[in-house]
Amino acid sequence: MSTETIAPTLTAKDFATDQEVRWCPGCGDYSILAQVQKVMPTLGIARENIVIISGIGCSSRFPYYMNTYGMHSIHGRATAVASGLKASRPELSVWIVTGDGDGLSIGGNHTIHLLRRNFDVNVLLFNNQIYGLTKGQYSPTSEEKKVTKSTPMGSIDHPFNPLALALGADATFVARTMDRDPKHLQAMLIRTNQHKGASFLEIYQNCNIFNDGAFEIFTEKGSKPTETLFLEQGKPLLFGAANDKGIKLDGFKPVVVDLNLGHSADDLWIHDEQDIYKAQILTRIFDDPKIEGHLPRPFGVFYQTNRACYEDVMAAQLEEAKTRKPADLDKLLKGNEVWTIQ
Amino acid sequence: MVRKQEVLQDVVIKFAGDSGDGMQLTGTQFTNNTAMLGIDLSTFPDFPAEIRAPIGTLPGVSGYQLRFSSDRIFTPGDSCDVLVAMNAAALKTNLSALKKGGKIIVNTDGFDGKNLRLANYPEGENPIENDSLANYEVIKMDVTKMTREALKDFTMGMKEKDRAKNMFVLGFLYFMYNRDMENTIGFLKEKFGKKPEIFESNVKVLQAGYNYGDTTEIFTTTYTVEKAKMDPGTYRSIMGNQAVSLGLIAASQKSGLPMFLGSYPITPASDILHELAKYKNFGVRTYQAEDEIAAITSAIGAAYGGSLGVTTTSGPGMALKGEAMGLAVMLEIPLLIIDIQRGGPSTGLPTKTEQSDLLQAYYGRNGECPMPIVSASTPADCFDAVYEAVRISVQHMTPVIFLSDGYIANGAEPWKFPNSESLRPIPVKFKTQLGDQEEKLQPYSRDEKLARPWAIPGTAGLEHRIGGLEKQNVTGNISYEPENHQLMVKIRQEKVDKIAEYIPEQKLDSGPEKGKILVLGWGSTYGAIKSAVAELQAKGHAISHAHLRYVRPFPKNLGDIIKNFDTVLIPEINNGQLIKIIRDVYYVDAKGYNKIMGVPITKTELLMKLEEMLAE
Ligand SMILES: Cc1ncc(C[n+]2csc(CCOP(=O)(O)OP(=O)(O)O)c2C)c(N)n1
Ligand code: SF4
Ligand SMILES: [Mg+2]
Repeated sequence: MSTETIAPTLTAKDFATDQEVRWCPGCGDYSILAQVQKVMPTLGIARENIVIISGIGCSSRFPYYMNTYGMHSIHGRATAVASGLKASRPELSVWIVTGDGDGLSIGGNHTIHLLRRNFDVNVLLFNNQIYGLTKGQYSPTSEEKKVTKSTPMGSIDHPFNPLALALGADATFVARTMDRDPKHLQAMLIRTNQHKGASFLEIYQNCNIFNDGAFEIFTEKGSKPTETLFLEQGKPLLFGAANDKGIKLDGFKPVVVDLNLGHSADDLWIHDEQDIYKAQILTRIFDDPKIEGHLPRPFGVFYQTNRACYEDVMAAQLEEAKTRKPADLDKLLKGNEVWTIQ
Repeated sequence: MVRKQEVLQDVVIKFAGDSGDGMQLTGTQFTNNTAMLGIDLSTFPDFPAEIRAPIGTLPGVSGYQLRFSSDRIFTPGDSCDVLVAMNAAALKTNLSALKKGGKIIVNTDGFDGKNLRLANYPEGENPIENDSLANYEVIKMDVTKMTREALKDFTMGMKEKDRAKNMFVLGFLYFMYNRDMENTIGFLKEKFGKKPEIFESNVKVLQAGYNYGDTTEIFTTTYTVEKAKMDPGTYRSIMGNQAVSLGLIAASQKSGLPMFLGSYPITPASDILHELAKYKNFGVRTYQAEDEIAAITSAIGAAYGGSLGVTTTSGPGMALKGEAMGLAVMLEIPLLIIDIQRGGPSTGLPTKTEQSDLLQAYYGRNGECPMPIVSASTPADCFDAVYEAVRISVQHMTPVIFLSDGYIANGAEPWKFPNSESLRPIPVKFKTQLGDQEEKLQPYSRDEKLARPWAIPGTAGLEHRIGGLEKQNVTGNISYEPENHQLMVKIRQEKVDKIAEYIPEQKLDSGPEKGKILVLGWGSTYGAIKSAVAELQAKGHAISHAHLRYVRPFPKNLGDIIKNFDTVLIPEINNGQLIKIIRDVYYVDAKGYNKIMGVPITKTELLMKLEEMLAE
């Protein structure tokens, strides 16, 4: 989303509060907080016009640590609170911080409705594939067979694919990033903010207490180059330590090709954020890295499009109604038919 | 022919027919016509539970009761003088409410074999042909046939023609009660102006109904009801949900706060959403949310941003909003939660009335979670009561629950509407900058009402965070300190209790200050209590009536009033809810009178109960 206000030059420090940050040492939330604080002063939005709304969860403590306006609401409802705020105050820069439980389990309904309505807000979904705050139950993004306190014999639930879900709800901006790649995280925050419309940014976040290493394969140096695919607009889908692997479309099916084995970069799938059909396939690249012959996990902006924002159309209707029929309280109270008693 | 004109004092008509027969519209038209003559009135629509129950069946019957009188009246009447029965099912479901000797206007076409079967009359039995209605005056007319006859020159299909049947009955009633039909013709013009054929056919049938009465020699008497002795002034007719909507708009205008309504459709509250959606020109934002939780939380978001946040619902939705109400209590922001009660529990009786959400409103949340409660007692009273609810909410920085019910939501009465200038101002001040001594905003500092500052996003220098976790007094920082929690629980309670200092003292609606019985009511039982008590007072009994608008906190002097009576009777359309609170707060051995049938308490029933008590 974008808000054109010129703010005095602020630094990351200006966005920190005097509240003691209470996440576990080593929690991925620290990195996300640091990147958000770094990016905020660069966005050109006056601090008083920024509102961060969260639900409940470790991640949802976020607003307390940001020196902006903020509300730590109730479990799952941050998106709904934000919808009401944005509908009534379109000029504010509204950010939602939610977790995989908060935004996809108890608040799943509000998340999809916010996306389809396309409020111009930024949803940051901290996905740690676990319920952190309640001490380690499986979440709607936990993998099948996961053993947790509430699933001693392994989880039976099939997990959500958050980006496919967002796209299914007709989100107008869908992206993924990770806590352990500050540069990419910052870039994605900036893109998220630039988009006019509901932006859905999934952030892989390590919960080192209850689900340590859930995303290790994507974040650690050794495996990252071969297991991740960083999307760039207009560029071929390349990955691998020497950028020597690529993805090609075989009909509708993405396949991995080796550039050392006679394939050229020209044969590869060129990323186009505006292409909804390709975006559908991209979000479906969600393979379990443990499975032989799997595809790398994509990161970056999967899809971006422009659609009218709810709050703008709402405001336009109000304006139109006012020009059609100016408000007159006495006329309204009087109604159409009256009679007088002497 | 020369007709007799008889002047009546009080008439109750029940319009009953199949859902598709247009009885609600017929009733409303006759009501408006009555209102314009300055006759006092009270109405009670009785909707079928199913939207489209099979035609002709008992569950498909839709009713509309109208009472009009040259005296002041406060209820739609316990039993009817006239029953309009468009079919056999309508007769069967409503006959018990007709007075002995009353008139029944029947549409004979609705009593054919099929209709009789659908209404479960035994094979071969037709109530309008045998002597089962000997105690009543039956006026038979084949409405369908005469409607078709009147429209014989029209090209529309038979189904379309039959749709105008209700206009025939309406025209006939206009004849019977000596009415001018201009307002209805005007209404039809407005409604069907763009479809001239429909407009003309409706007018034609309306006139045919009138002429039928006028030219048929059997109707030797017509009736009039004189103007009622009401306070001088200009009146309009209003329904409860309409009055709620207007009250909210008025409060929004007078407070300068733009309104945001978050709502999820539910009977009988949806009409407020429909009504408010029309007033975008007043800056009203209506938001049909994905569920009741989103409805209230979106309103909380809007209130945080400086709007007048409102959410409307009925019992089941109220239950869903519980957790978010707790959030609003913790945030200490203004918010209106409007509950138009219906029969419960669960889905219960969606189209029937009940006062059974009072305890839910009082106690139905986790933790110590006090909220003020304001209730409305008549359709027109909804305006003043909701206006007060807004005033309390924004001036005391607290969510407020407003209770109405299906009975007054859909009922109508004359309303001496106010002039906008005469409405009590609702000054609201957002905090716009730090005070001299303040280094940063103290979001939980308080004024003499214990209200905290309302600092909205967009205000430079007042950035702050609020949330549902317990807060430290004054700073609003998260606090788990034991003493602080106790202090905050007490402060939130005291803040609500303190509202008693800012609301009017309780007055007796009627009767002596000391006496034998005090009838204490709240909400829609007002009319029945007022009427029953008035009859006993006229007979010289020491009985009084007090009716609560402020249910939480109670007016300061309520205890003193109660002490002045030997007995307190609390009539309620529930299993005894206010009575529990009154007993708890005032240690008084109050008696209950409880009806839980989905319909209002009648004056007659209450009178019998009170006479019994007086005889003891
Ligand atoms: C209505 C309600 N139900 C349950 C809880 C308990 N609860 C708090 S946070 C949470 C799950 C949080 O998981 P997630 O959203 O993934 O956040 P994380 O802690 O992992 O960041 C639950 C179940 C609650 N606070 N409120
Ligand atoms: S429990 Fe996990 S998610 Fe929560 S603060 Fe600790 S490490 Fe972070
Ligand atoms: Mg989580």
